[in-house]
Amino acid sequence: MTRQYQFPSRGLPYLLVLPQMVIVVVFFFLPAAQAFWQSFFIQDPFGLSSTFVGGENYVNLFKDPTYFESLWRSFAYAFLVAFTAMATALFLAVQANRPIRGASAYKTLLIWPYAVATLVAGVLWLFMFNPNVGIVAWFLERSLGLEWNHLLKAGQAFFLVTIAASWKQISYNFVFFLAGLQSVPAALVEAAEIDGASRGHRFWRIVFPLLSPTTFYLVVMNVVYAFFETFPIIHQVTAGGPGQDTSILVYKVWKDGFINLDLSGSATQSVVLMVIVVALTVVQFRFIERRVAY
Amino acid sequence: MTERSLVKRALPHFFLALAIFVLAFPIWLVFVASTHTLQEILNAPMPVLPGLHLLENYGRALVAGTDNLGAGAWTMMMNSLIMAVGIAVGKIVVSLLAAFAIVFFNFRLRGFCFWTIFVTLMLPVEVRIMPTYKVIADLHMLNSYAGLILPMIVSATAVFLFRQFFLTLPREMAEASQIDGAGPMAFFGTILVPMTRTPIAAMFVIQFIYGWNQYLWPLLITTKEKYYTLLIGINRMLTGADTQIEWQIVMATTLLAMIPPVIVVVLMQKQFVTGMTDVEK
Repeated sequence: MTRQYQFPSRGLPYLLVLPQMVIVVVFFFLPAAQAFWQSFFIQDPFGLSSTFVGGENYVNLFKDPTYFESLWRSFAYAFLVAFTAMATALFLAVQANRPIRGASAYKTLLIWPYAVATLVAGVLWLFMFNPNVGIVAWFLERSLGLEWNHLLKAGQAFFLVTIAASWKQISYNFVFFLAGLQSVPAALVEAAEIDGASRGHRFWRIVFPLLSPTTFYLVVMNVVYAFFETFPIIHQVTAGGPGQDTSILVYKVWKDGFINLDLSGSATQSVVLMVIVVALTVVQFRFIERRVAY
Repeated sequence: MTERSLVKRALPHFFLALAIFVLAFPIWLVFVASTHTLQEILNAPMPVLPGLHLLENYGRALVAGTDNLGAGAWTMMMNSLIMAVGIAVGKIVVSLLAAFAIVFFNFRLRGFCFWTIFVTLMLPVEVRIMPTYKVIADLHMLNSYAGLILPMIVSATAVFLFRQFFLTLPREMAEASQIDGAGPMAFFGTILVPMTRTPIAAMFVIQFIYGWNQYLWPLLITTKEKYYTLLIGINRMLTGADTQIEWQIVMATTLLAMIPPVIVVVLMQKQFVTGMTDVEK
């Protein structure tokens, strides 16, 4: 790393980082510490009194079968979303990276859905699959005799939120895979072609391994996305239902805190979520650091 | 040309066109629905070609909204815009200053500051909603633009990106300006910021979209229609209807919510793509 020129000043740098530090402390560390603190107390719903209970909230949380269901469901959901969105995006990036006519127009047309809000993605799919007005729901019933009602059928609800969440993430992954593919040295691929390697061989043995930094980065980002940022989809499309069947962790934190007013339970869940994110950040950063080294 | 190679050449076009169709079809339906009357939509199957009620529906959506909402898309659009621009500009200004301090000054708490900021890199607001809500409530910022914007400025992405950019600049630049007698702030204002305009533009696109598309946070802290953003309005129209959802108005509002960020991405595609993939490096 090249070091920059250093201005000789003592007070000024503190003044410069101050706004950032104030915001980070007030809106990040303070709330995080508060969640941590609260997770050792039991509070009444009005926040009037609280009793120290040690690790009891954690014991209760991990004894709670609905929490484990939600945990397991979140992982399954995150895996499915990450896999669907990444596989589709990689496939499309490979197609768009070929020297074909109109490649740049294709790129623009595949990138713009990135700007669509997660909530809007949920609304779009909700509208297509709405049992009353949805055109896809109507089609499924007419042609396949499949009665669609994701508010009653758990499998359909899970399918719908997974598809909506993956649909929204394709563009993001596409941008990264395309950038990754463009940085693969053409000479390497050509050399393999001369040596007689087939197209599939060239991709899986040369291009794909060279893409591994991008792939790894995207796995982490997609998991974070599915875990936390798809809240609007769950909230709008299924409201965690039917029953608890699409209630992922972040939805449960919100619902227990703001609807059921279980403040300490929600705080405890927040702490668990933060641990998951910090673990992911560490993995990510370790990886970035290692890559910078070579 | 053999038949096989023709098929081979057509295949990428086929797959890409199919993907574009899958991505665009839901949005086409939204557009179609926003040009019909409610009756026409409810009459299954809904039409797949635009109707004649475009102006009527958008007019009503912009001015009044659905009957159960009591806020027009125009007001909500302004709120979304204030929030998005506020978050983007706030983040850029605060991060530029912090990155400048971290890269160009040697101060005792530099390492500490850097790590404090870096830890926040991936922590989304979703995992700490309850306590952040409490902080905002204690500061009396519920139902205010400050409450909508300030907590969203916490993000290390921009600091990180600017820091990386600053480190690649030639060392002689700052040195020369110091020798010429210009202070650090003069260097920052007249040389560094103008040179950083490409990363700044990239950050603006990314953060504008991020801000425009925020949902959970405004959902929590806005209870007055006056401060609803478009996305909150859409949610309230869909969930608050005690009778029939007025799909044509909801869909018009949904389309209005999509247009600004999509325009920003399409117009600034190049900056946006470089900015996004640079964060990874």
